[in-house]
Amino acid sequence: MTDSEQYQVRQEPFYRQQGNEVALYAAAYAARLPVMVKGPTGCGKSRFIEYMAWKLDRPLITVACNEDMTASDLVGRYLLEAGGTRWLDGPLTTAARIGAICYLDEIVEARQDTTVVIHPLTDHRRTLPLDKKGELLRAHADFQLVISYNPGYQSLMKDLKESTKQRFTAFDFDYPEAELEATILASESGIDHALATQLVAVAAAARRLKGHGLDEGVSTRLLVYAATLIRNGVAAGDACRMALVRPITDDRDIRDTLEHAIDAIFACG
Amino acid sequence: MTRSEALSAEHLAACRARLDCRLPQVDGVFADCLREAIAVLTPAGVDAYLDCARFLGRIGRGAEPLLAFLEEWPAVAGSVGEGTLPVVVATLQRLHRSPNGKAIAPFLQSLAAVSRRLAAGGQLQRYLDLTLRLMEQTSGSIHGIHKTFASPCLPDFLVHAPTLLASLSIAGLTNWVDYGVRNYAAHPERQRDYFRLQSADSRAVFQRERHGTLLVDHERLLDLYLRGLWGEQALLVPYAVASEAANPASPMPPAQPYDDAGGIRLPDVLDDACGVSGIDRYRAALAHIAGHRRWSTPLVADNLSPMQRLAVETFEDSRIDTLIVRRYPGMRRIFRALHPRPVAGACDPQRFSCLRHRLAVLSRALLDGEDGDADGDLREFVARFRQALADGEASSQAMAGLALAYVARTRRQSDQLPEVYFSDTLVDYRDDNRHLWRFHELSDDEEMFAEHRPASASAEIDCLPPRHYPEWDHHSQSYRPDWVSLYESLHPSGDAALIDRLLDRHATLARRLKRLLDILKPQERVRLRFQEDGSELDVDVAVRSLIDCRCGVTPDPRINMSHRSNGRNLAVLLLLDLSASLADKFGSGDGEQTVLELSQEAVSLLAWSIDQLGDPFAIAGFHSDTRHDVRYLHLKGSSEPWGDAVKRRLAAMQAGYSTRIGAALRHAAHYLAASRAEKKLLLVLTDGRPSDVDVSDGRLLIEDARKAVGELDRQGIFSYCISLDAKADEYVGHIFGHHYSVIDRIERLPQRLPELFMALTR
Repeated sequence: MTDSEQYQVRQEPFYRQQGNEVALYAAAYAARLPVMVKGPTGCGKSRFIEYMAWKLDRPLITVACNEDMTASDLVGRYLLEAGGTRWLDGPLTTAARIGAICYLDEIVEARQDTTVVIHPLTDHRRTLPLDKKGELLRAHADFQLVISYNPGYQSLMKDLKESTKQRFTAFDFDYPEAELEATILASESGIDHALATQLVAVAAAARRLKGHGLDEGVSTRLLVYAATLIRNGVAAGDACRMALVRPITDDRDIRDTLEHAIDAIFACG
Repeated sequence: MTRSEALSAEHLAACRARLDCRLPQVDGVFADCLREAIAVLTPAGVDAYLDCARFLGRIGRGAEPLLAFLEEWPAVAGSVGEGTLPVVVATLQRLHRSPNGKAIAPFLQSLAAVSRRLAAGGQLQRYLDLTLRLMEQTSGSIHGIHKTFASPCLPDFLVHAPTLLASLSIAGLTNWVDYGVRNYAAHPERQRDYFRLQSADSRAVFQRERHGTLLVDHERLLDLYLRGLWGEQALLVPYAVASEAANPASPMPPAQPYDDAGGIRLPDVLDDACGVSGIDRYRAALAHIAGHRRWSTPLVADNLSPMQRLAVETFEDSRIDTLIVRRYPGMRRIFRALHPRPVAGACDPQRFSCLRHRLAVLSRALLDGEDGDADGDLREFVARFRQALADGEASSQAMAGLALAYVARTRRQSDQLPEVYFSDTLVDYRDDNRHLWRFHELSDDEEMFAEHRPASASAEIDCLPPRHYPEWDHHSQSYRPDWVSLYESLHPSGDAALIDRLLDRHATLARRLKRLLDILKPQERVRLRFQEDGSELDVDVAVRSLIDCRCGVTPDPRINMSHRSNGRNLAVLLLLDLSASLADKFGSGDGEQTVLELSQEAVSLLAWSIDQLGDPFAIAGFHSDTRHDVRYLHLKGSSEPWGDAVKRRLAAMQAGYSTRIGAALRHAAHYLAASRAEKKLLLVLTDGRPSDVDVSDGRLLIEDARKAVGELDRQGIFSYCISLDAKADEYVGHIFGHHYSVIDRIERLPQRLPELFMALTR
């Protein structure tokens, strides 16, 4: 049998509640309702799920979806062996067997025919048919399915089917309020609060440019990177350029604007 | 002054005699000019000065050149050195010997202003060379040997030279002059307009050559700044500063930025100043306006005198700047660099009204945040200002209270004097605060008429406004900005049955094409075998691997297969040349047909074929009647189905006018570029070389078209030309590279066009 110990979240991940999402999630889990978390990249979706897995003391199996992923990557496949073939459970099957929380990250990246396999697990049936193996797997009582998706960069090709969407309860995440985000930065990276506030001001400038040449604003994750660099002795301006500006844009005008914002905020120009 | 006072009557008389001219106008000014010359020049320089003056007095052009020289030269020598006199004299002699003697006076009159701009070594020489070259190139001759006609533009050019040099470097001026000479050499009237800065392209080239940061080039950057750092948005509208900048002695202070219902108005160009780049100066102005939008509340103006309002504005501006710096500390450096540094006590209260000056000193102190050796009142008000802003943002109202107290405390009788002391009091990044005031009573000194202007009867709009495209000028290797005006509209409609008849005539050909098309039709899903990871097990390969496995041989792990969709992702635009040559006839007797009819047949067949394939496909035609009127006619939109509406438009195709292809290519590219297809194909069907009635140089439009094709290439658009001109090989290869076919036997066009398309997209 699969070792469920390896999927256990042992240490408490740092997570600062933005609203009452922890209580709401706990309620959803109590009823084993499937959950969808939406929000821009790097705003703390995955961290939240990890935190909830720790809090509820359930194993967490995370699958990063990509467009080459097929149904058998989720469900499982036969492998060839010297003596014949052997069935290997995919992550979704494993989670259903051991009663873990299965977290499909960036679900829209997967092809639409792939995402349909989760349907029977997400309604009253809570089963997973393994047609190649000829088995109908009944999900463990503690199993829960969570998906995340980022509505920000919707292309026409990449959107969830209506039939998939309507199987989930949803959380809408966004970047935290400035004050809270500064607190998060400070405790995550160990820089002082004033500096964290300045970094958040840079991010606010970038987030206002979304849709005007930026697909996404600066994420909290990138802010943590910048803060970490600063704590390790990099000059604030350089750290911001490296962690906040260059990763998100090649557009010269936007880069100039953000660099000016950094100079204006840190007064290093 | 000692030397000039030493000028004795005899010396003066001797110098006057050396001029050897009896023009009475000279007598009045000579003594003063000579005094100034002796003060500035060395004795040898004075000698040369008198010699040159003598020469000018004797060339028979009246007193004007002589007077101009006598008055201007000491100033010129002051900025470029008296050693430049020989080259100036040489230039004067050349002007004198040519038919352009009339230009001597304007040349000398503008020389002082010009030389102030060109003080650095060697630049004046370049200006003189440029002047002479312009003279050579624009003086006309009848028999081709001697220049007999004066240059029409030279005097105008010389008059405007100081204005031009205020905004252009000498290199920029050279480009501007070359452009004018090249395009208007044969057209004296237009030439004159160009060199007076009156024609549109003269101004356009002038703008292009300007130094400094142009607002138009950085609109997006500033828009991003406003959004990103301030969360504001506004239309940025430029206003012209050129005319003010040109004249340093202008009595009007330069216009300030302002914010009104029409958007934020900013100067159209800003040079770097005080160590702050042009773009940062724009940002400072925007920050200040955004600060007002965020923190200012309007005040009632009626009860305040203009001086009180000035004081309120100063305090309020300082408050805004303080809050901006609090939010973005980096702005402090920019503000401090741009804010003038008025020297306390520089203004003499006996002669001038000093209020502006006092307020500027105060504003500087508030910005610097240090009192220095300020007097008591200043120190007290700086402290009260800080106090007000110590905890919180204060308010416009609080600033008004502070300002009124300040004015009451420091009032002087002399503030009422008519002469206002202006030096160092204008903070050019601050706006004019028109948004700060509300007027209860309508008075006639406000410009109330601006708001109540009756809306002019809007003209009937029957087509879209023109789009302007540049044209490549291969002589100068530069673009002519906004040279071509292109109007687009829907093609008029005719009778669809005509096209159906044409298609029927080619029924056999259509059947043959259909077979070809079926082969080309996209196969949606393609199987990919031998995949290590795939969606399905490929049973054949799996069994083979299993056998290998059982035999103890290493099995092939690539036993899966997957599917890939193989859709055509292609956008096509067919651009038709609808110029007059399309009406040419060929064939003889009963078989006589026009090229137009054949094109209609060919295009219909092609449209039908592409419709079968399902690629998005657009058809447009163009013709031109000078650069001011290029017509771009839509025959079929890319998502429009091939149906009667399109056939009706095709049936109404008409031949007329000329072939200015570059602008049409650029416009077509603008549509294709917006398409999201992977491959973009622009097919051009033309029957002759690019030409237009207002272009005499045959190469010009060919080179422009070549340039346009290059631009398309860079946008990822593949252009391909089908030419019906048997002599096209001379030029079409130059324009389109290898991407062209010439169809010699024109009657085969209906067959060849779809075939070509299929070959291209196979």
